[in-house]
Amino acid sequence: MSDTQLKPANQDYEYGWHSEHRYKFKAPPGLTEDLIKDISKRKEEPEWMLEKRLEGFREFMQKPMPTWGADLSAIDFNEIIYYLQPDYQKNKNQTWDDVPDDLKETFERIGIPEAERKFLAGVSNQFDSESVYSKLKGAWEEKGVLFFDMDTGLKEHPDIVKEYFGTLIPASDNKFAALNTAVWSGGSFIYVPPGVKVGLPLQAYFRINAENAGQFERTLIIVDKDAEVHYIEGCTSPSYSTNALHSAVVELIAHEGATLRYTTLQNWYSSVYNLVTKRSKAEKNARVEWIDYNGGSKATMKYPSVYLAGEGAHAEIVSIATANKDQHQDTGGKAIHAAPNTTSKVTAKSISFDGGRTSYRGLIKVYPGMENCKSDIECDALMMGPNAESDTYPYMEIEDDTAQIEHEATVSKIGEEQLFYLMSRGLTEEQAKRTIVHGFLDEFERTLPMEYAVEFNRLVDLQMEGSVG
Amino acid sequence: MSDTKHNGNMLEIKGLKGGVEDTPILRGIDLSVNGGEVHAIMGPNGSGKSTLANILMGNPRFHISEGEMYFRGELLNELEPDERARLGLFLAFQYPSEIPGVSMDKFLRDAYNSVKQDSVSVGKFAKKLRKKMDDLEMDESFASRYLNEGFSGGEKKRSEMLQMAVLEPKLAVLDETDSGLDIDALRIVAESVNKLKNPEMGVLVITHYQRILQYLEPDYVYIMLQGRIVEKGGPELAEKLEDKGYDWIREKVGLEG
Repeated sequence: MSDTQLKPANQDYEYGWHSEHRYKFKAPPGLTEDLIKDISKRKEEPEWMLEKRLEGFREFMQKPMPTWGADLSAIDFNEIIYYLQPDYQKNKNQTWDDVPDDLKETFERIGIPEAERKFLAGVSNQFDSESVYSKLKGAWEEKGVLFFDMDTGLKEHPDIVKEYFGTLIPASDNKFAALNTAVWSGGSFIYVPPGVKVGLPLQAYFRINAENAGQFERTLIIVDKDAEVHYIEGCTSPSYSTNALHSAVVELIAHEGATLRYTTLQNWYSSVYNLVTKRSKAEKNARVEWIDYNGGSKATMKYPSVYLAGEGAHAEIVSIATANKDQHQDTGGKAIHAAPNTTSKVTAKSISFDGGRTSYRGLIKVYPGMENCKSDIECDALMMGPNAESDTYPYMEIEDDTAQIEHEATVSKIGEEQLFYLMSRGLTEEQAKRTIVHGFLDEFERTLPMEYAVEFNRLVDLQMEGSVG
Repeated sequence: MSDTKHNGNMLEIKGLKGGVEDTPILRGIDLSVNGGEVHAIMGPNGSGKSTLANILMGNPRFHISEGEMYFRGELLNELEPDERARLGLFLAFQYPSEIPGVSMDKFLRDAYNSVKQDSVSVGKFAKKLRKKMDDLEMDESFASRYLNEGFSGGEKKRSEMLQMAVLEPKLAVLDETDSGLDIDALRIVAESVNKLKNPEMGVLVITHYQRILQYLEPDYVYIMLQGRIVEKGGPELAEKLEDKGYDWIREKVGLEG
């Protein structure tokens, strides 16, 4: 077994292409109050949204950069383009045929048409700052399910947006949530009426496609009483040498008895900073699941959280991360037990390849008087290669004696003995490493719909290409 | 293929010296094995038996300092373990690794396709696997378990036998396959080997104890001490060890305990 010769991960980045797009409007780099007013005006937004954006801007300017987590010192906010408007007519009745050819070409390369044909229930693809295509299957429309890009959602249902927007993640929450509030564009807006169970997953794909373009999508999902939905987003990002910033905000509200699963598969290009705030609220007997895979990017900081606000609520957080050379995945999850008899389960699995670093960062909080809460945390880290790093930061704030908290953590290295064993059965060194890595992630793969499991496998293999010589 | 180097034998080991990491262990091993033959290497702990098995299969923790190993006409010394497997060499491990999340059937199909340079479909392989498992009287559920994960000692050894059955090697090396097994488990595993044996296949059994040899009936028995083969004989040699232990042979060759 020879020492693995490293090549830059981006060399084989399958999604590192760039199709030609025309922009109707492309803001100059940098952020000013005027730009924010301009964005809001171009989007014909209500006054209250402009106020929110300006509040976000003020918070952003005064908030310090986080001093913990990943190294963000290379981000230059003055170099980033905060708003782009692709050149096509928006039309909420668009079908796939109406999508411009060069965009189709783009989607084809990330496998969208298949996903669309196979189990499309509604698709909302974000192309840079705007959604180009949004469609909802007739049956659900009849049941009152709303699924739009966020801009359209705001236009069509300003009352619902106003009621929930920023309630879980106010602009003052952190510097990047503030930035998102100031310049957000696109993202998904979903409302599922009481009792409606959406059988097939709703899907959206995102990508950053212009040099230095920030991507600041804003997603708001409200699942009403006893309703059910599964939302999936997949992300890829093309090749550029300069740093791009992705800073999304996602708010999920699960009303009494509702079930909401949010699945993310991300494979950002290795220059992207991926700094995302995701938070949800689970009312009485509601269940919220965050399923999160973070691959690629230069640095990711993301800790999906669930605020367990009603008795009997359950949170499930699955955080999977793979870090290649010079990448840092600082990920995990938070469960805040703010009602009695609430339960949470956090499963974190990470793989650091040679020269990569994964950090698990998680918080379990139980408020005083919140009796009989239970939480299970399981963190497994696999290190592959001599310079792989992995660390864990499990925070616990347990203020009630009746809480039952279980925490298990394992760290393992891909052992020479395991590799020898598999190779003695005829597997090549690369096959053997893949076998071990996919085995490690098997449990997670099983939670994904078939098409996404296939895509996920491909993403992980792509990550491995940079580390298997 | 030059007959001068491997003398036409399936496995030909000549003047082999080597060890684990920096420690020299083997001090000159000569051995030849052919199809249809059962050879047994016996020796006390630390005699170098398992080192020989690991060097044969290409464990990267072990090294060769001198000598050659030929298998089916090919020089093994520099080949990767997977290349040796493709030539038809199989090692049943003393301590098989556990690989979480990898199901037996998926793994076995990958291994089969790799060793046989084939690409059998899931369905076709499932049938093949079922037949092999029936032959070995193994429960169907075994195929969907994760590779060796949480297996008992006996189950791990049976897993090795199933792998051997699927890969159909030309030469099977059994490294202390009998260790840690109670008498029933030992019998089951030994019977598996006998079922898999065929006139083309050679078997090299490495063991401390004679008991597995009651089932496997070796044609040739060797005694290894301090990195050398110090005595050769037939099945009677194993019986002699059973009666007398290893001390008489130490005395005979003039080695201290």
